[in-house]
Amino acid sequence: MNLTLKIWRQKDANDKGKMVDYPITGIEPDMSFLEMLDVLNEALINKGEEPVAFDHDCREGICGMCSLYINGEAHGPDRGVTTCQLHMRMFNDGDTIYIEPFRAAAFPVIKDLVVDRSAFDRIQHAGGFISVNTSGNTIDANAIPVNKHDADTAFDAATCIGCGACVASCKNSSAMLFVGAKVSQFALLPQGKVEATDRVLNMVKQMDEEGFGNCTNTGACEVECPKGISLENIARMNREYLKAAFKG
Amino acid sequence: MSGILNSSIGRKFAMALSALFLMIFLLQHFIINFSSIVSADAFNNMSHFMGTNWLIQYLMQPVLIFGVMFHFIMGFVLEIKNKSARQIKYAKNNGAANSSWMSRNMIYSGLFILIFLIIHFIDFWIPEINTKYIQGDMSGLLPSGEYRYYEELVHKFQPMWRVALYCLGFVFLALHLMHGFMSAFQSVGANNKYTKALKGFGKAYAIVIPLGFIIIALVHHFNH
Repeated sequence: MNLTLKIWRQKDANDKGKMVDYPITGIEPDMSFLEMLDVLNEALINKGEEPVAFDHDCREGICGMCSLYINGEAHGPDRGVTTCQLHMRMFNDGDTIYIEPFRAAAFPVIKDLVVDRSAFDRIQHAGGFISVNTSGNTIDANAIPVNKHDADTAFDAATCIGCGACVASCKNSSAMLFVGAKVSQFALLPQGKVEATDRVLNMVKQMDEEGFGNCTNTGACEVECPKGISLENIARMNREYLKAAFKG
Repeated sequence: MSGILNSSIGRKFAMALSALFLMIFLLQHFIINFSSIVSADAFNNMSHFMGTNWLIQYLMQPVLIFGVMFHFIMGFVLEIKNKSARQIKYAKNNGAANSSWMSRNMIYSGLFILIFLIIHFIDFWIPEINTKYIQGDMSGLLPSGEYRYYEELVHKFQPMWRVALYCLGFVFLALHLMHGFMSAFQSVGANNKYTKALKGFGKAYAIVIPLGFIIIALVHHFNH
């Protein structure tokens, strides 16, 4: 496959940045999108040019590290996959592919396609946990009965890998699908109910402070989420938040 | 509870509550207007009741005006906030791949509805306030001794330009409701086994009500 890549290049956080065209040849349809970028970078390095910086780690769709806004969609045109799981067979020979960083004021660009998603970490620190005694007499989680439906729904929420595709896809750069998933995974379980009030208030407060936009229920996040996190989680977070806020 | 409007979810909740209130009002407005193509008497009687009942005039009317203004102002505030949450736009963005046109353009459909509402207020509400509270005529009667409401309604829909403008306003209202109806329920936290049915009902509401208003305007235009 021969392709034309239009890639966002930005030297550092202070640089203005611009889209740069890169023709690329000899791409196999079986390659993953990141492998295609590896091929490009090898060619750039051989020419003595600066390779394109992009985030990646596990390359098997579970770490949430890879990002990229490909042809106008987070993680590209395929559904239920991260960029590392996106294959070049999704594109045609001769295509022009736009590759941009996830854009949000709360996700500043560090370099090229790499963005700083530590806002998500700070939201997690604000309440995305349960307080458990780990000094040696930890209670077995299985000792507390949990109904199957709640356990499954909580697990579905917990599959969020925090990649930020929801924020990138949202026209408002809202982080509510991420925070909704993190609030839900605990709100549904008895272990999480104990700190439910503080958790939702603190996480939402942190989310707002980070500068994410307001959700307008377009549903773009749900469609682009590589883990299929449902909008139900945002509705649950809304309920949890309102319950907590009115409680005072 | 303090500062709930300072939080993103609080604002979303308030936006949804005002939307739900406006949708109930719209249904009531539609039922009364629809009666005008069935029976002029029924329309006159209901209009007179709505226009002179103190509970509706002094309690519900101010609440409605507040609700409308709140919904518009909050809509613009949220739009500005949301725009600032992404300062650099994408060179290529394929919004159609993951969301409906209606959901992405609520601000524009809303803006057109606002323009329509201003014209609507000038057409009906201001003359009504003038007759009742400035001229002091609470009788609701024409010199002939008949109720004036039906006559005034029919008279307003004679110019073609106004009918066309109203129809266009209702099209934008339909587009706004297509997303807005379900969105309001999602915002107050309703997403459960009834969601699918509610979505269907919302789509029906978004089409039937504006279409009904269009029919009312056209019937009065072509019947007289």
